[in-house]
Amino acid sequence: MRIELVKRPQHSALFSALSPFIALALTLVAGAIMFALLGKNPVQALYLYFIDPLREVWSLHELAIKAAPLILIGVGLSVCFLSNNWNIGAEGQFIVGAIIGSILPVLFPEFQSWIVLPIMLLLGIVGGAAYGSIPALLKVRFNTNEILTSLMLVYVAQLFLDWLVRGPWRNPEGFNFPQTRSFHEFAILPELLPASGRANWGFAFAIIAAIVLWFLLSKTLKGFEIKVLGQSPRAGRFAGFSNARMVFFAFLVSGGLAGLAGISEVSGAIGHLQPSISPGYGFTAIIVAFLGRLNPLGIVAAGLVLALSYLGGEAAQISLGVSDKVARAFQGMLLFFVLASDTLIHYRIRLVGRQAAPAAEAPHGNA
Amino acid sequence: MGMLESILLTIATAATPLLIAAIGELVVERSGVLNLGVEGMMIMGAVTGFGVALTTGSPWLGVFAAILVGAVFSLLFGFLTLTLVTNQVATGLALTLLGLGISGMAGEAFVGQPGLRLARLDIPGLSDLPVVGRLLFGQDPIFYISIALTAAVAYFLFRTRAGLTLRSVGDNHTSAHALGIKVIAIRYMAVMFGGACAGLAGAYLSLVYTPQWVENMTAGRGWIALALVVFASWRPWRVLAGAYLFGGVSIGQLHAQAFGVGIPSQLLSSLPYLATVVVLVIISRNRRLTMVNTPASLGRPFVPDR
Repeated sequence: MRIELVKRPQHSALFSALSPFIALALTLVAGAIMFALLGKNPVQALYLYFIDPLREVWSLHELAIKAAPLILIGVGLSVCFLSNNWNIGAEGQFIVGAIIGSILPVLFPEFQSWIVLPIMLLLGIVGGAAYGSIPALLKVRFNTNEILTSLMLVYVAQLFLDWLVRGPWRNPEGFNFPQTRSFHEFAILPELLPASGRANWGFAFAIIAAIVLWFLLSKTLKGFEIKVLGQSPRAGRFAGFSNARMVFFAFLVSGGLAGLAGISEVSGAIGHLQPSISPGYGFTAIIVAFLGRLNPLGIVAAGLVLALSYLGGEAAQISLGVSDKVARAFQGMLLFFVLASDTLIHYRIRLVGRQAAPAAEAPHGNA
Repeated sequence: MGMLESILLTIATAATPLLIAAIGELVVERSGVLNLGVEGMMIMGAVTGFGVALTTGSPWLGVFAAILVGAVFSLLFGFLTLTLVTNQVATGLALTLLGLGISGMAGEAFVGQPGLRLARLDIPGLSDLPVVGRLLFGQDPIFYISIALTAAVAYFLFRTRAGLTLRSVGDNHTSAHALGIKVIAIRYMAVMFGGACAGLAGAYLSLVYTPQWVENMTAGRGWIALALVVFASWRPWRVLAGAYLFGGVSIGQLHAQAFGVGIPSQLLSSLPYLATVVVLVIISRNRRLTMVNTPASLGRPFVPDR
């Protein structure tokens, strides 16, 4: 038995729409097998993971809190990946956005005014974008591989944050806990519907960003430029598009959005800086971007799905006693299945028996 | 044992896992495949090596299990990128994320357990020599394997017909295919070799470097190994030089932390990562050098026409 790919004359619209669902279904099957191997009832476990968190209003709010950074980062990454820029350092841009955005409430706590929050959000965007511009600059100027540089900068950002909250930015009245002072009321991102749960404006930012980028990508010349340069830089050059400028554009947009996600998370869900402010949102957002097929509206849905896996992981840890690390394994599997299913869009898959091989030497009638 | 000697000794232990993982990836990339999953395969090797050594009581069994798991795990990547022609960058990332997820889950029972250390291999007589004795002849066995591996890969790639075939596949898969070379099969073997090496490198971390299991204990070493391959412009002996340079940086900053030079430890810890960026910039700014040395088909998808 051998697997053979036959190129479709045109890419399949049916499978473009179906492939994320095929991937989700395959992940559920693999997940059920995994739970069975762990000695848990697979049906009950999957129910706890993917249905139970949707049954209560407060838990939907938690879903929005987890989904917001994933969507914000994910839509930014879609610009990068579509234009063939491999920014995998969003986690670092998220952290730097959170740090720069926190300057006001941490260093100038006596400055209290309604204008603090808008400045914080702006600084968060600037911080993330500036950090994202480093790999872009190195790529354009020195031809340096952006995958490796953007990833290395994640570790640098994590260590820098760790130093800040244990050293110069540590709360002087904080009993030596490694965290900054708590943000004052003007530095806290307000809740969307305070009556029913904690979801904050971060989710609204995510939806707005997704709609804006959807419009940009599908309705404007810039969107066309992004896709042309991503698929064929040569064709893009003939059209007069500048690849160097596109590299900066992609990294600034995705870095800025990651920075916005960072400061929103810190001022909305956490309320201070601490050594760890993200359960790997910047990396999970890569999965979100691909599951959403690099379409900002698809990414909203995908962000909700992956947020659900975080919530389900916490729920399953409490009621099933399985580690919340299972969620990470789930997420990794999901990306594998997404990528594998995407093959169906461009190719038909044929299984060929060993004995059938000589027949292939006949004129290429079926090739 | 003198101060300098002990520093040099620890540099070797810091460099060895980088060297092994990077040599594996070098062969993979020479065959035209970019596997960004080194970090994931390494961490799978680390958790397997630790777990098997702990349950069987034999560190060597742990090492072999880690090699096996690394190779099998890399097959996932191979199947997707080579058979289903998925994007290699994205699939490599997926392999890393999956490896980190699975290892975190599987390793939960091992957290805080005292590990087993692979015994040192003293070469009788020679290891008692002054200065160089312990350094060259009193290391752990995997150190010797790493040097032998570098020599073997250098010989294989540039002195054997099979090595030439592998490089031809990496430089022009269409021509290689037209000459009747089994491109996909060769790439599968290269990917598995890379996986086995990454598994071994991971086992080195959890059985020699720091004999314990800590989640995410590879701490970006898989990525540094990837950078080393670029740094070495795809040449085995230069990978060795690069690995020892990085081993030197990471050990140097550890010693600086121990001496308490007034620089915060976190900033010192970020030195190896910053050094990676700087080195990549220095190497890649010479466009012609990179262009000449990069395997021409690196990362390109290949679907054989039948």
